[in-house]
Amino acid sequence: MKKTISFNLNGQRMNLDVDPSRTLLWVLRNDLGLTGTKYGCGEGLCGACTVIIDRKAVRACTLQVKEVAGKGVTTIEGLAKNGELHAIQKAFVEHDALQCGYCTPGMIMNAYSLLLTTPQPSRSQIIDSMDGNLCRCGAHRRIIAAIETAAKQMGGAPR
Amino acid sequence: MRNDDGRPQSTHEEYLAMDFSNDPGESLPGLALDRRQFLQLVGGGILVAISTQYLEAVPQREGGRGPRHPLPEDFNAFLRIGEDGRVTGYTGKIEMGQGVITSLPQMLADELDVPLESVDMVMGDTDLCPWDMGTFGSMTTRFFGPPFRAAAAEAKAVLVELAAEKLQVPKDRLRTKAGIVYEEAGEKRVTYAELAKGQKILRHVKGANPEEPSQFTLIGKPTLRRDAVEKVTGKAKFAGDIREPGLLHARLLRPPAHGAKLTHVDVSAAREIPGVQVIQEGDLVAVLYEVPDVAEQALGSIKAQYDRTESNVDDKTIFDHLLKVAPQGQTVAEGGNLAEGEKAARQVVDQTYLNSYVSHAPIETHTALAKVEGSKVTVWASTQTPFPLKEAAASLLGLPAQNVHVIPSFVGGGFGGKSNNQQALEAVRLAKLVGKPVQVMWTRAEEFFYDTFRPAAVVKIKAGVTDAGLISFWDYGVYFAGERGSQQFYNVPHHRTVAYSSGWDGGPGAHPFATGPWRAPANNTNTFARESHIDALAAKAGVDPVEFRMRNLKDERMRRVLQAAADKFGWTPAKAPSGRGYGVACGIDAGTYVAHIAEVTVDKETGHVRVKRVVCAQDMGLCINPEGAKLQMEGCITMGLGYALTEEVQFQGGEIRNRNFDSYELPRFSWVPEIETVIIDAKNSPAQGGGEPAIICMGGLLANAVFDATGARLLQLPMTPERVKAGMPRS
Ligand code: FES
Ligand code: FES
Repeated sequence: MKKTISFNLNGQRMNLDVDPSRTLLWVLRNDLGLTGTKYGCGEGLCGACTVIIDRKAVRACTLQVKEVAGKGVTTIEGLAKNGELHAIQKAFVEHDALQCGYCTPGMIMNAYSLLLTTPQPSRSQIIDSMDGNLCRCGAHRRIIAAIETAAKQMGGAPR
Repeated sequence: MRNDDGRPQSTHEEYLAMDFSNDPGESLPGLALDRRQFLQLVGGGILVAISTQYLEAVPQREGGRGPRHPLPEDFNAFLRIGEDGRVTGYTGKIEMGQGVITSLPQMLADELDVPLESVDMVMGDTDLCPWDMGTFGSMTTRFFGPPFRAAAAEAKAVLVELAAEKLQVPKDRLRTKAGIVYEEAGEKRVTYAELAKGQKILRHVKGANPEEPSQFTLIGKPTLRRDAVEKVTGKAKFAGDIREPGLLHARLLRPPAHGAKLTHVDVSAAREIPGVQVIQEGDLVAVLYEVPDVAEQALGSIKAQYDRTESNVDDKTIFDHLLKVAPQGQTVAEGGNLAEGEKAARQVVDQTYLNSYVSHAPIETHTALAKVEGSKVTVWASTQTPFPLKEAAASLLGLPAQNVHVIPSFVGGGFGGKSNNQQALEAVRLAKLVGKPVQVMWTRAEEFFYDTFRPAAVVKIKAGVTDAGLISFWDYGVYFAGERGSQQFYNVPHHRTVAYSSGWDGGPGAHPFATGPWRAPANNTNTFARESHIDALAAKAGVDPVEFRMRNLKDERMRRVLQAAADKFGWTPAKAPSGRGYGVACGIDAGTYVAHIAEVTVDKETGHVRVKRVVCAQDMGLCINPEGAKLQMEGCITMGLGYALTEEVQFQGGEIRNRNFDSYELPRFSWVPEIETVIIDAKNSPAQGGGEPAIICMGGLLANAVFDATGARLLQLPMTPERVKAGMPRS
């Protein structure tokens, strides 16, 4: 049964007529055309589908869309503002912190939530918080370096 | 390879000659556009065809076994100079993370003398790009690079010629820079864009040679990825991101095990779900819906029964099974006299090495979208082999190949696993049946189930050392891995290398499921066995493992690479096991020489191995993009931790037990060591492979480091904590 689910998506108010038990990942990718959020495992095991819900990194593949009612959702498409890359995105580019790029949106969103809660993370905090995000290409070291650079750039004032 | 003087050779040609066959296109006739068709497609601009003189540098069969198409005449239509001054490069290769989307434009821009920013690439599009057998074997830079550069060099010469006519200035007074031809000591100038405008000229210029290393401006310069902005913003399109009006998402019924036969199926519940289409055609049972999660639910409502008569072999018994069914061996290399070598040996080591099946496990699962309109087919696919896919899709539907257009998207990791195109052919078949565009995106469980695993394999080595610490004989047998990397490059007077079953598919009755090429096929297995054995010989001889290798190496290139790694690491000699946890390994892959040194710690209670530091030196000949090359080396080292330490496919007969990442452990952030990479300056020798070589040492490297730490000689990959503990010497 469809229901209207209202939430804020990348800064825009959304009223979506949708079966509330559907999976957020597929609603984003198919109903809303936001394909930057990726499928990798479907069971919360890889982090490719990471989005931000009210400042926390969440795996969209294990979440029903009704769970976001009344909340704020940010996807990778909502990170750059007015055509300007977010500091984390810039740092990923500058560090070549990706290869195939398939894990990248999930990595960036996870790092984004880390920096929201812990603006100046230690290396081991970065590793701990990123450990559930898988990258098969092996971009890990550069991802860590990129997050460190971004944290420095943002100077403890995340947005 | 036979050596008359008993000294092994290790020229890269041998490696080129035998390594890289991945033959999806083997029996498929080549199809390429003729020039006229090509011109129609690319429209205005100057199209450059390079003359055949450069193609002689390209093997007629790109290194594979069996016959190949001769290169079509217009295979060399590689670039277009647009009226807006932008340059488009065309390649049949695809981008899957290996970085040729950056290195190919570096070559093109350097040779043509245009800004790197002005170059766009069209990759793998079967209507627009020259035929290509596939992106694998670290062949893009080695084999596609030279003709691509030559095309650009000739294009520049054509432009200069056109400029000379237009400006009425003799050619030799003209120079080029940043897309402009100008008079050296004068005012006259004309842009490439102005020259190209409105022209469709095919002109050849003879003798336009690619640049010498001293002329390079972009080649050899560390350059950041050119696809990064698209990828960090989520805009980059992977196959699953393509949308077409009326698109349906398909989920297919899969057997519980390889070899299981569908005996009964009840789809009635699925048919009742509004809007769900059910397709049943022989073994093909699929449900389709506008969104994939609902299709998934519909699939779950299908009841199916299977007849399972698969073999009893499992991940423990597989090695005995393989040895039992092994075919007659083929001698790959031989020299001297083994009996004599054995007589000269003071110490002999005779050991058997095992490695399990390993999955490719790209984070992007196999995905494709197919659209069939009348007799015209368009396929967007996550594929390493767009041209073979085109042929296969055409033959599936009984259409001429030119009716099929394959458009590869960005590929979210391949590693050799995305060459079969099963998912794309499923999408094509379904799209034809339902008359609408269909997307097939495999689940993680399907990805594990249909993966063409790196084959389980066995290597038996018997070898000996003399009193002087010299290897006197080397008797090597490799079962089911394949021969890439089995050739001995140490200096051994009496040796034999035998391959039992060549290539990676094993032949009937060998593997209970499909096997295939996995990043540096065969070489991970062969290098693990060889480098472990070399280390075991060094330990027997009581010689430091780096010193032992040097003592037995005449190959200057390898000596230099090993020395570079040792210097960077700060190696100090000691006989293993020294307790320091240092390991060394070296090897050759895709023409590139690598040497690695690692430091590990081993938890003696748990058997857990922690890799602290890895240093890797690499001689890859001319390095087009040192930044990209380092990225690949780091990626290889990181990925290689997996097959060395944890990755192992669990199965019972044809049933794959690994369904997701909770039962198949990929390397994670917390595992990643400090990594230092060194690229040897070798710009005067031809460019070699970069995407695979640095992964080949990881098994032997870490096995040797574990030995050095604990005295445990691990003979099986992966080196799980249980195996490490079991291997520990009892004190
Ligand atoms: S797709 Fe959601 S965690 Fe893997
Ligand atoms: S960049 Fe390919 S999976 Fe991370």
